[in-house]
Amino acid sequence: MSLGTKRLGKELTKIQKTLPPGITLVKADDLQEWLLDIQVLDQNPIYAGETYRLKFRFGKQYPIEPPEVVFTKQENRPIPMHPHIYSNGIICLDLLGSSGWSPVQNVESVCMSIQSMLTGNTKNHRPEGDADFVSTNKARPKDIEFYYHDNEV
Amino acid sequence: MDSDEDFLSTVSSDDDIMLDDSENDDMSNGDEFDDAFDEDPDDEPDLGLQKQKTPVAYDVGYKVYSPGDIQKQQEEMMNEVNMILEMSKEDAAILLRHFRWNKERLIEDFMDNSDKVVEAAGIVTSVANPPQLETLSEFMCDICCDDDEGLQSFAMKCGHRYCVNCYRHYLTQKIREEGEAARIQCPAEGCSRIIDARSLDLLVTPELSDRYQELLNRTYVEDKDTLKWCPAPDCENAVECGIKKKELDKVVPTVACACGYRFCFGCILSDHQPAPCELVKRWLKKCADDSETANWISANTKECPKCNSTIEKNGGCNHMTCRKCKHEFCWMCMGLWSEHGTSWYNCNRFEEKSGTDARDAQAKSRVSLERYLHYYNRYANHEQSARLDKDMYTKTEKKMVQLQSASGMSWIEVQYLNSASQALQTCRQTLKWTYAFAFYLARNNLTEIFEDNQKDLELAVENLSEMFEKPISELADSKLKVDIMDKTSYCNKRRLILLQDTAENLANGMLFDL
Repeated sequence: MSLGTKRLGKELTKIQKTLPPGITLVKADDLQEWLLDIQVLDQNPIYAGETYRLKFRFGKQYPIEPPEVVFTKQENRPIPMHPHIYSNGIICLDLLGSSGWSPVQNVESVCMSIQSMLTGNTKNHRPEGDADFVSTNKARPKDIEFYYHDNEV
Repeated sequence: MDSDEDFLSTVSSDDDIMLDDSENDDMSNGDEFDDAFDEDPDDEPDLGLQKQKTPVAYDVGYKVYSPGDIQKQQEEMMNEVNMILEMSKEDAAILLRHFRWNKERLIEDFMDNSDKVVEAAGIVTSVANPPQLETLSEFMCDICCDDDEGLQSFAMKCGHRYCVNCYRHYLTQKIREEGEAARIQCPAEGCSRIIDARSLDLLVTPELSDRYQELLNRTYVEDKDTLKWCPAPDCENAVECGIKKKELDKVVPTVACACGYRFCFGCILSDHQPAPCELVKRWLKKCADDSETANWISANTKECPKCNSTIEKNGGCNHMTCRKCKHEFCWMCMGLWSEHGTSWYNCNRFEEKSGTDARDAQAKSRVSLERYLHYYNRYANHEQSARLDKDMYTKTEKKMVQLQSASGMSWIEVQYLNSASQALQTCRQTLKWTYAFAFYLARNNLTEIFEDNQKDLELAVENLSEMFEKPISELADSKLKVDIMDKTSYCNKRRLILLQDTAENLANGMLFDL
């Protein structure tokens, strides 16, 4: 039994029962990849009326290693506008990198962090160098070395 | 050796120095610095006080340490702090690492406000119980959600308790995959308690413990500005040198590791005397300019202003944290991040100046292209020749064996070929850099002296190189042997003269067109 099986099982049981407002479980057929939808509940004009889809992928080392978390784009599910979110869905958030991650974090807490990162944002634009990054990046999200370090948004 | 005193008092009497220096010649190139450094205090008692000063203008004081020495130094410091501040050795170690081995500052700050220091370093002071594994009833591990009866768990003094298995996985991940050691924090979110060596030993395999110690040793060297690893492959030594970063435009701090590798303490590149680091950096960048790789590197990477690691920015904002030395700086202006206040995304300190600088540099390089090629061709030629000489060096030994049987000379008697080969290597290395040096040198009356020195050395080296390549039958001739020995000694002498001369001029503020 791999390290995270029991933990993911428990997490799943819990979030199937209850999740904070604005966060819904879409799909969790196995213990490798889950989809969740999030909405920004406050009156933030940038995100009003939209729903965004998050994709979680769990490696063998989860929860010692962070999961890979990205926004995925499909009909009715755009990529939210944010100076820390690239247009390919990659999120620059320190807690998703190995230095900011704590094994005590979980799917629910990550969703809530991302939700609040959107709630507090006032800048309706992409990160600097977005086009460049999106066209050249081949690294897995968690292998990207430099994350945003400011916590103001 | 008398001349050494002159160098310290009057730094500009060129002629005397040139003559005196010849006495040092018969020392082999690799060791001369060490020897000179060690002998001086005996010859001249006054110098004992000025041990840190350079005995010869191109020479810097330095020491080579083995891995064992490094370990011992750390332990001595831990013991000292452990005695003065009356704390466990583990805590002393954490504090020392937190203060980057600045013992004086640690003690001062600790005396000043011990609570604050202890808190900042991630030590929780409570009853000094040794760390131990415990089995609690009704315990559930927050990481794996395991709650089996009899589950062994561990917590540091911060009280965040996890099962042994998860703790072990966590530490293995940090040490094996992320190469962390000195600053591994408690797995709990936001807890800055740092794992100490004793707790670690309790939790992981001895093999991982060894790796941890190795990484800890590394941070000691990396944390101290006066210590650097010898960059030679497979060499585990570290070199200590007191040279300051701001002195690098006046001194070329060349050191020789016990393994024989000669490198610059300032920039860790191989020996580039007489050219100062900044000039070398520019020259290398310039030389590589036309290759696609170099274009890519200059477009996409910068060097950490603290440890010079090359960094590629592949995403994120301008706030950079060097993965290696944890230095935080701004990608735009390369200045300290802490000085940026809250202007997170835009660094307006750089834009304007960078534009003009870049344009200036471009115009300059176009105008000087021809001039550049003149120097570059000679630089590249010596680099190429040095490589060929190196091939020759590998053949030298064979040659010496052949010569022994052809002439009946003993092993000792044919060592002159080895000396000649080494002299060729070292002199070509120096010559190579004189061309980069000359390229940037502002023209004045000193330039002429420099070019004369350069010409003399070059001529001597080419002569020696020619003799060195003669067939075995001719090498057996005892007259040629004497010629080669003379020429070897002459080459070494010319090299030292050139180094001495340029080092003095550098120290006196030689002018460059950079």
